[in-house]
Amino acid sequence: MVTTIVLLPLAGAIIAGLIAMLGAARVTRERQAGQGTHDHAHGHDAHAAHAHDDHAHDDHGHGHADDDPEEFDSPGIKPAQFITTGLLFLAAILSWITLISVAFNEGGLEQITVLSWIQSGSLIADWTIRVDTLTAVMLVVVTTVSALVHLYSIGYMAHDRHIPRFFAYLSLFTFAMLALVTADNLVQLFFGWEGVGLASYLLIGFWYKKPSASAAAIKAFIVNRVGDFGFALGIFALFFMFDTVDLGTIFAGAEGAQGTTISFLGAELDALTIACFLLFIGAMGKSAQFLLHTWLADAMEGPTPVSALIHAATMVTAGVFLVARMSPLFEYAPQALEFVTFIGATTAFCAATIGLVQNDIKRVIAYSTMSQLGYMFVAIGIGAYPVAIFHLFTHAFFKALLFLGAGSVIHAVGGEQDMRKMGGLRKKIPLTYAMMLVGTLALTGFPLTAGYFSKDAIVEVAAAGAGLGAVVEEGVAHALPVINSMAGYAFFLTVVAAIFTSFYSWRLIFLTFHGTFRGSQHTLDHAHESPPVMMVPLFVLAAGALLAGLVFSNPFIGDHALEEFWQGSILNVAANHIMHDFHYVEAWIPWAPTFAMALGLLFAVWFYIWSPGTPKRLAAEQDVAYRFLLNAWYFDKIYDFLFVRPALWLGRFLWKRGDGWLIDGFGPDGVSSRVLAVTRNVVRIQSGYIYHYAFAMLIGAALLITWMLFR
Amino acid sequence: MNQILPPTSDELLAILPELILAGGILVAMVLGVFLRRPIALVNGLSWLLLTAAAVAVLTIPLSGPVFHGALVLDPFARFMKVAVLIGSAVALAMAWSHGRQQRTQQFEFPVLILTATLGMMVMISAHDLIALYIGLELQSLSLYVLAAFNRDSVKSTEAGIKYFILGALSSGMLLYGISMVYGFTGQTSFPAVAEAVAGDASIGLIFGLVFLLIGLAFKIAAVPFHMWTPDVYQGAPTPVTAFFAAAPKLAAMALFVRVVTEPFGSVTADWQQIVTFIAIGSMVLGAFAAIGQTNIKRLMAYSSIGHVGFALVGLAAGTEEGVQGVLVYLVIYLAMTLGVFACILAMRKPDGMVEDIGSLAGISRTNPVMAFILAMLLFSLAGIPPLAGFFAKFYVFRAAIEADLFVLAVIGVLASVVGAFYYLRIIKLMYFDEPAGGFEPMPGTLRLVLGASGAFTIAFILFAGPVGELASTAAGGFF
Repeated sequence: MVTTIVLLPLAGAIIAGLIAMLGAARVTRERQAGQGTHDHAHGHDAHAAHAHDDHAHDDHGHGHADDDPEEFDSPGIKPAQFITTGLLFLAAILSWITLISVAFNEGGLEQITVLSWIQSGSLIADWTIRVDTLTAVMLVVVTTVSALVHLYSIGYMAHDRHIPRFFAYLSLFTFAMLALVTADNLVQLFFGWEGVGLASYLLIGFWYKKPSASAAAIKAFIVNRVGDFGFALGIFALFFMFDTVDLGTIFAGAEGAQGTTISFLGAELDALTIACFLLFIGAMGKSAQFLLHTWLADAMEGPTPVSALIHAATMVTAGVFLVARMSPLFEYAPQALEFVTFIGATTAFCAATIGLVQNDIKRVIAYSTMSQLGYMFVAIGIGAYPVAIFHLFTHAFFKALLFLGAGSVIHAVGGEQDMRKMGGLRKKIPLTYAMMLVGTLALTGFPLTAGYFSKDAIVEVAAAGAGLGAVVEEGVAHALPVINSMAGYAFFLTVVAAIFTSFYSWRLIFLTFHGTFRGSQHTLDHAHESPPVMMVPLFVLAAGALLAGLVFSNPFIGDHALEEFWQGSILNVAANHIMHDFHYVEAWIPWAPTFAMALGLLFAVWFYIWSPGTPKRLAAEQDVAYRFLLNAWYFDKIYDFLFVRPALWLGRFLWKRGDGWLIDGFGPDGVSSRVLAVTRNVVRIQSGYIYHYAFAMLIGAALLITWMLFR
Repeated sequence: MNQILPPTSDELLAILPELILAGGILVAMVLGVFLRRPIALVNGLSWLLLTAAAVAVLTIPLSGPVFHGALVLDPFARFMKVAVLIGSAVALAMAWSHGRQQRTQQFEFPVLILTATLGMMVMISAHDLIALYIGLELQSLSLYVLAAFNRDSVKSTEAGIKYFILGALSSGMLLYGISMVYGFTGQTSFPAVAEAVAGDASIGLIFGLVFLLIGLAFKIAAVPFHMWTPDVYQGAPTPVTAFFAAAPKLAAMALFVRVVTEPFGSVTADWQQIVTFIAIGSMVLGAFAAIGQTNIKRLMAYSSIGHVGFALVGLAAGTEEGVQGVLVYLVIYLAMTLGVFACILAMRKPDGMVEDIGSLAGISRTNPVMAFILAMLLFSLAGIPPLAGFFAKFYVFRAAIEADLFVLAVIGVLASVVGAFYYLRIIKLMYFDEPAGGFEPMPGTLRLVLGASGAFTIAFILFAGPVGELASTAAGGFF
């Protein structure tokens, strides 16, 4: 069954891809025919069924730069949409069944070999599907969000000209993501890892005629390469240590591998620590963690459903999944875990600060995603993998909801993404407003919503990890041990970030839906609620955002979750009681995130409802800080200076000097110009004068004779 | 002193092909003088004579030295004679079909071809220094006249004069070498010379060898005795150039091989160096100088210089495989060069013949069949597998490698890389450039020659075995 889940999106991708390719070929033919006769009309006749006569809608644009009137819509839109979406819904249903049978019914670990793939010496990598609770949870997240995004895209992308291609990419992404989460060995995992990277690249650059989209796609791809390099090195290190890439074998040997060292960059380092560190670098790239995060905000150039699916709910969480999957290794590498905590907390804080001042509605949510991923890594670093996965699970619902809601807003205002040109939209699009409100409540952790359970649990984990609390056993209070030296730092930053999260989330709501409209009157007049095909996914996700916490909090992170629910798919070493301990933090701590949420809301109300002039004044007063945040801590500028320019310089140097001057100059060009020079001289000898010829003969004779004489 | 005896019937049978040609030449001359319009008849007769001579060569039994060791008919001679006769016959046929108005439509033309061929036959069979010289001069004198055949053309007469004067110079060196050899050995017969050389190869004898080889190198147009080639190839009437490039080159090469292997077989180390030197010079110069040419005939002159260099690579090995390689090379070169000249003879525009390479531009569209076969021939000349030219080079380079002449082989391969450029440039012109106006339709004979040449070149891989066998048998006599 799981095999079916994995293969359904692949089938959808192939079918939609074929439709796209055949359609492109047909469009090319028709265009050529049209050019031949200067009659474009008959080209449209062929697919009049879905030709959009009301091109007035095209001014929605959604940022497509290819509104070339000469361009034809791709044919075969309906089959492509319905086949991919249908297959995905089927996969989603099967995934839920899998989750129930595996996680709630003592399913345990199951391995299904699909086919053997690589066998080379001791390197054996089969395509084997590993099904355990962790996989099942990820299957549910991926297929559910993907199915809803497919459905949503039917409405959102209705005016695009390349719908089959879009759906092919979406399904391809889903397949790669499923391959990733079902991987049974590192090579297979890497295949899925790169597959989602490819799909992400293709989808960010979907509107490839827009230079900024292409640039963003390239940026995402390259930044991810940095992380992937670390990941690949990590795989090499593990293969070096264990002589296998099979996950089960590696996990079994992890405990015994403690204390072994590995020579890396000339230093003897603890082998497990360095391997985990390298794996985490891969996770940092994919999950946009601090230092490797710069691509995520730019990735918002992609269509909004893509942002919801890939850059919020699924792909970016692959890093979290990776570390959770590798928990049997990380558990024996405490230093690596401290690093994870540090990076996670820093990301949570850094992204939240940047989110405070962004004006693009999608960028706000993107930085929010980054921040929430940081939260997940905090939990992982302290050893509470289930809490991280739980937050991943709930976050998928409310963040996808927020993105799709934002997409609905953008759809309503004709492609505008700048919140400064919105305002007061709650009367125009009340349903979207309601959905966004639900998403915001969940994100900020309003009591009893999904975020309240998962995010607050992370804050508690951080506090427990820092030793703030005591377990009372038989009337004696045992203070909690400090598990992780970074936990205190993480606790502090996550609480502060919770304030910011609340502030920027409510700021988004107030700027968009409250106050008065600041865009053009024309836009306001055309603002309209999205069609049902877009709203239904929002309702489903909203239900998830409201209820996922209530329903799943106990099984996921309850007292006996590790044994009963996770069933060995996540390992905590014997000394690690965090999953138990975090329920015993000091009494005020569970209130801290809620208090932070309220504080953030208060500030947002003050800044954007009571006193709308305050933000502007503050920005002017604190100009340096404002610019620092607005420019996302100047990371792009710094990287541009540190890496991009030197790389460009090096490239230019190798191109002009290395290739052009050295290789071409002394290679092909040099040789050929030498040949021509020799030719010129040789031809010049051929003067036509008979005595020159005779002279040459005599010289030759003299030469040969002399040679023979002195030989 | 030996008493001059009348020739026996065996001896006369051994020189039957030469007798056919010699008698035929006399008849043709008489016909030419007494008939009013003799050209067609003389031409046909000449062609028949060449064919008959070829048949005779193939049917008469092999024989040892005859006429007191002056001539010999061994497998090598038979192989080369057939090749030379084919070359002459094809060249004559192409010249005949080339055009009625051309100056070559004089009855002297076929007669001169016959005399030159007779000289070549003697050269190939020569087993004595005197016979060698007689054959060589008979051939050379005929060629001098042929070069200047178009006597109203300044270029043609210039070519003839140049060829004659330089040829005389080379003949002088050749004779000087012969006299030195005779002076140091007291012998002119090849086996006797070989015996003397094996006993004591004095420096004087080596000098004789050097001068002898210089004279022969001139005939095969090897560097640095090649200077006449471009001017003569360009200046001579095109049918004459086609003839020059084929049969005489083979005959001179055969003589070269025989001289170094038979009388001087025991001083291989000495002549090996000379051959290596002129082989390198020829390959390199042929490759480089051809790049600068715009006239197709001149380009083919440099091409022939280069190919002589490659053939000499095989000889430089000084082994049976090497000589076998030379023979295979010569046969393949003969086929390719005749095919290319069939194309050159077909480069006729409405207002006359053209020789400019640029006029080949875009003929893939105007004359597609000719363009295709010419492209194949040029690929073959460049040595691209699986065409014939690749096998030619393969044989000689393999022989050189087996004889440990690595430097020579490497230089040869590099030269063929440079040389490939100008062949490929013509193909590029034909296939990728804008047409510069096509050519007139090809006469039937040229089509036939071109077709046969193309088929041989493309399908050589099918009969590489038999040709190699024949060449191996021919080469076997020397070792």
